Parts: sequence; C-alpha cells; structure tokens
Amino acid sequence: MAVLNEEQEMLRDMARDWATNESPVTEFRKVRASGEDHAYDKSAYATMAEMGWAGVIIPEDHGGSDFGFMSAGLVVEELGKTLTASPLVATTIAASAIVLGGSEEQKAKWLPRLASGEMVATLAVDEGAHHDPSAIETSVSGSKLTGKKAFVHEAHGADLFVVAATDGLYLVEKGAGVSLTTRKLTDQRSHADVIFEGAAADKLEGGGDSLLDDVLDRARVLTAAEMLGMAQQVFDTTLDYLKQRVQFNQVLATFQALQHRMADLFADLAQMRSAVEAGLQAVDGGFGVARAATIAKAEANRVLHTISNQGIQLHGGIGMTDEYDVGFYLKRARVLEASFGSSGWIKDRFAKLSDY
Amino acid sequence: MATQRQSEVLSDDEAFREEVQAFLRDNFPEELKNKGNLLAGVDGPTDESTTQEAWRKAVGKRGWGTPTWPKEYGGGGLTKAQAKIIDQEFAKAGAYNPIGGMGVMMFGPTLLEYGSEEQKREHIPPITRGEIRWCQGYSEPNAGSDLANLQTFAEDKGDHYVVNGQKTWTSGGQWADKCFAIVRTDKSDKHKGISFMLIDMDAPGVEVRPITMISGTSPFCETFFTDVKVPKANLVGEEGQGWTIGKRLLQHERTNIAGGGRLASMMGGSLGDLARKHCETDANGELADKVLRDKVADFEIRWSSFLLTARRAVEESKAQGGVSEISSVLKKLGTKLSQERSELLIEIRGLQGLGWEGDSFSDSEIEAVRAWLFGKAATIYGGSTEIQNNIISKRVLGMLDHQ
Repeated sequence: MAVLNEEQEMLRDMARDWATNESPVTEFRKVRASGEDHAYDKSAYATMAEMGWAGVIIPEDHGGSDFGFMSAGLVVEELGKTLTASPLVATTIAASAIVLGGSEEQKAKWLPRLASGEMVATLAVDEGAHHDPSAIETSVSGSKLTGKKAFVHEAHGADLFVVAATDGLYLVEKGAGVSLTTRKLTDQRSHADVIFEGAAADKLEGGGDSLLDDVLDRARVLTAAEMLGMAQQVFDTTLDYLKQRVQFNQVLATFQALQHRMADLFADLAQMRSAVEAGLQAVDGGFGVARAATIAKAEANRVLHTISNQGIQLHGGIGMTDEYDVGFYLKRARVLEASFGSSGWIKDRFAKLSDY
Repeated sequence: MATQRQSEVLSDDEAFREEVQAFLRDNFPEELKNKGNLLAGVDGPTDESTTQEAWRKAVGKRGWGTPTWPKEYGGGGLTKAQAKIIDQEFAKAGAYNPIGGMGVMMFGPTLLEYGSEEQKREHIPPITRGEIRWCQGYSEPNAGSDLANLQTFAEDKGDHYVVNGQKTWTSGGQWADKCFAIVRTDKSDKHKGISFMLIDMDAPGVEVRPITMISGTSPFCETFFTDVKVPKANLVGEEGQGWTIGKRLLQHERTNIAGGGRLASMMGGSLGDLARKHCETDANGELADKVLRDKVADFEIRWSSFLLTARRAVEESKAQGGVSEISSVLKKLGTKLSQERSELLIEIRGLQGLGWEGDSFSDSEIEAVRAWLFGKAATIYGGSTEIQNNIISKRVLGMLDHQ
C-alpha cells in the first residue's frame, strides 16, 4: 500500500466502510436480479456522489475536490472489492476527457453536473470486439457525428458520451440520433453498442494531438484500480476459505502445495499493487504517464487473470456455484481485461513506447 | 566545501550536495571513473592499486561508504536523504562506493542492533573503512534449507570456546579476514541451542577449500574448524540467541540480494535495446521476431513492477523501521526475474551468447554466460525460493495458525 496523506486515508476508510456495510456483493446480486439495462442502483450512486466520489478528479471551481487520480483509485479499489455496480469509473474517465480537452464553457457546462451525480457520462472509443484506437471510422461532418461504437461501458445510464472520431474527441448528448443495442456480457453490467446517426456533436478542442491517448491512459489506470480491488478480495476470500475447509482431517491451509501457490499469488498481488498505484501517481505527477499506465494495466491483466482462475480452483466445487461470489469476480475480470487493452495489445504498446 | 555564506542561502540538503561535489573533485581519481562494477569486488580477490586505496581511504575517513551508520563507530551519521545525495552525486561523477561487502550489507547492521558496546567499537570502524573482509559461516553439508540443523559445535572451556565442525558455501572464504558464524552451543534444543559468534579466519585450526562452480569460478568455499579457540568476547548477544540474530541478518541479506539498487545496477540496460541490436527489425523498427518481442515486453513489464515493489517496500519500511517480512517477496521475485533476464539475453544473442572463452567472444558476452550460470544459485542461497514460500505462507499469510 502506497504511503497516503491524511485526506487520502480518510477517503479510503470512508469508501471501505461504505462498500463493506452498504454495498456488499448482495447489493450487486439485487442489481442483477432487477434485470434493468442500466444495471446499477441509482439511489446508491446518488449517495456516492453526495460523498464527493464523482468529483474526485474534477477541479474545485467546477464542483469537484481535485484530489487526483490516486485518490479516485482508492475509492474505485474499495468498490471493486465488493463488485459495486455503478457508473463511477465511466463518469470519471469521461470527466477527465473534459478536464483535459474541454473549453472553459464546456467545463462549466458539464463538470459540475458530473461531480454532483446529476449526470452520468461514458467514453466510447472502440468500434469492434477488440480495443483498437487506431481503427476509428466514426466521423463528423458539420457538427453531426456518425458511426457505431461497440461494447460501451455504462451506456444505458449515460446522459453524455465522449466519442472518439477520426479527427478528435466529441461530446454527444443522448437523444436524437443516438440509439443503443444492448450487449449483455458475462459480468451482467451495462454494455451496449451505440449507434450515432448525425447526432449533434461538440468537439473537445483542447488537449493537443495526444488527447485520446491521454484519456485512454486514465481509463487504464482507473480500470486497473477496480481490478486491484477485485484481485485483493479474491485473494483474501480464498485465503480465509483455505483456513476453514477441512479435508483428510486437515485444514487445507496446512498443505504445502497450497501454501506455495498462495505465496506465488501474494507476490503477484504485490507487483500488481505497486504497478497500479504507480500508474495512478504518475497521472497526478504528470510524468511518464503513458509508460506507467501501460505497466499498470498489463500487470492488472496478468495478475487478476491468474488470481480469478485460482480463486475458483482453490474453492473447489463450491467455487463453481452461483451461490458463491468468487465466480462473479472471474466474469467481471475478463470483461475488464479486454477493456482499454488486452494483455497482447498492452504489451505491444509497451514495446512501441520502448522503441522495439 | 560550501562557504559559510552559501550554506546560509542554500537549503541544508543543497549545501550538503555541494560538499559532496567538492569532495569528489578533490578526491576521486579520473582513472577510476566508470570502473565501479569491475573494481568494487570487496569480497573478491581484487588487488588494490595505490589509486584505489587512496580513494577507499578518502571515502572511509568520512564514513560516506556507510552514510547512515552512527558517527561514533565510523559511519557518516547522515540522514537517508543525505545518503541519497551521496548516491546521486557519486553516480553522476562515475564514482563507485569502495566500502562494501558482507560487512556492510549484512554483518554491520546486525551487530549495530545486537552487539555489545565493545564489539561495536572493535568491529564496526574497520568495516566503515573497508579494511576487514567478512564471510558468512551459516550453511553446512547437512544444514542447507534446514539451516537450524547445523552441527558445528562450540564447547564451553571457561574463558573461551573450542569450535569443531564444517561450514560450506562460505562466500569469499579464501579472501576473508573474519567470519560471522552460527554454531551449536547446546545439543538438546534445535533452535535455542544456536549461538552467534565471530571467528578469526587466520586462527589455528581454520582451513578453507574453494569449490569450483558450474560457472567455472570459485566464489564459495568449504571451511573446516578443528579445535579452533574462540574468545568468549566474540559471542554476539547471549548463548542461545544465535537463531534470532542469524535470522535477522538473513533479512538484511534478502533485502540486499533483491533490493533493487544493486540488482538493477547488475542488470544493465534495456533488453529491448539489446534485442534491436542483435536481432532483425522490420520496416517500423520493431523486432521482426514477434514472439521474442512479446517475451521481452512481458519481462520488462514485470521487471518494472518488481522495481516499483522494491521502492514501495522502502517507503513503507520508513514508517515501520528496518527491514520487513516483504523481504521474502522481494528475494523470491528479484532472483527469479534476474534468471529470466539471463535466459532472454542468451536467446537474443543466439550461440554467440553461449561463449565460454576465447577472443571470438567479447568480455561482456563471456561475463553474461558466467552470470547466467552463477545466477542459478540466487534462487537457492539466502533461503531458497521454496523456503521464502514457506516464510510468506506461514508468517505473513498465517497458513499454519488455523489447525
């Protein structure tokens, strides 16, 4: 765990208490059972916004607290532990695009409403099943945006889309010219293909040529923070289980084969935590962001993949049941691994950044 | 040296930085520039030149080779921030720290914690001046991973002990002046029968035989003790406290084996750069062998997150003080990754990367082969990876406490 300042510790403790007491995995089960497309509890999200969590990276003069990405990551990590279904990550990523690329007018118009939780926003970049920001065909002509975005996170709840087009990022409000096709994925959260047909689009003119890459780096570190919470929870739950389950008249935790496997996972988890925290801190420091974010997502992918599989294996048969939570983490893990850069894609990016 | 007036204007740290820069200008000989890795073999057979000796003495006099150790025992008495400034300025000037070895990395910190006042006054100052080489008397033929099974026995003879037995894997034993050893003083209790004592390597009855390794080098020895007299004053801590003290020392060893800094300096440049030099590239300047490219990226990412973990451990230990249980995680990860790197280096160079001797191979190619082979020891010594896994699962994860 990184050394935190006082305000970060308070924020993390508050998020941990709330997630544990008010948003345990049973709340996710309720969301799932509701069958609603937007797939989150709107009153819970309102509470989260009231606590200031939707405005952590938003400047103070636009209604946020400007605590930065490390702080946002702490909240997201805690919510990841209990699989809290909410549009917090999506909205924070979208808000970062407006912070980086928006005009004063755009910031004043949208950021306070995102910080207050009144509105939800999301980033729409990819146009196929694989993350590929180099393959964008969505285009804009006369402020009208046309194209199809695939598997957009939190699309059903979104009031505002930050859309990548061939010549930059645009803000598009839901409404005329915007339609959704639900894509129900294994994690049972909100995903949809979003079709834009001449939708009114307002360009983010600032942020320079690297705006899309910069926003994606922020998407990677925040996604990695959610994955860190998930990996930590699966590890902790599995360790508890091994200490309780008896076979051959012995607690499983006393078997050396299992002890050494847990030691391996513990070391993996230490690396993942270091990489994710360094990624979040790099965004706040503004130095070496691309490389740090790439390492963060790569390590999050690698370690959560392993831990989510081992979580099932070490739970044995009951890990395969819907009654146990561990399977939910596996399903959410794969969706997040594929988002904003799969392991293969992210290693290619790392090699490119390193000139080989 | 910064003038009075300058130091009033500058912050304390900046004034200290100027002091270090001035010291380097006055004392560091140009001919030793950037030769650190070749010359700093403090535990090795290096014959010191006059220039090297002068440099060692200059650094030793200030205590800057052991910057954070107490001034009263010859250390620098400096803060961690000042120690970092010394590191940075030495690196900038291409200067190496001539004070090192096991005395600095393992024995010194342990003696500062557990030694008597007399012992500290006797043994710490020569370490800070780089005058005495220490070796480690731990492993025995039947006490490797099961270290507490050691049988070397120290018999109480009133004012001294008489030591009999055999140690093995004594690093640098053939060049060492003194040995810190764990020996048995009580045969009735496996752990509480162990004591920590200091043995002169030139005492009558000490015999050293170098062991040739698969790398062709002989950095380790077998050490035989036959009726060796050891004064009682050389017992560190109390009789029976040796296991506790010895384990503490191992934490320092692990942190040093894997602690990032030293390992990072041994690891050299980016594997990607090397691969681009030795292997084909495509029109985009990327490695044409995409499988190798993926392997290199995969390694470099995990190596980065290991270095970040080492840095995080340092930051966290500042709050807790001293080395922590995380040393086992660092040892386990760092040694595995350095082995992986050696293997990838061979893959990148092909058969040219497997040279044993001869003019058709560069020094760095041959060194890499020896390092690859010798590196196989890293997951065995200092507590094997399997032992680290036991420590992590039992001590850190509490996997034995729930029966």
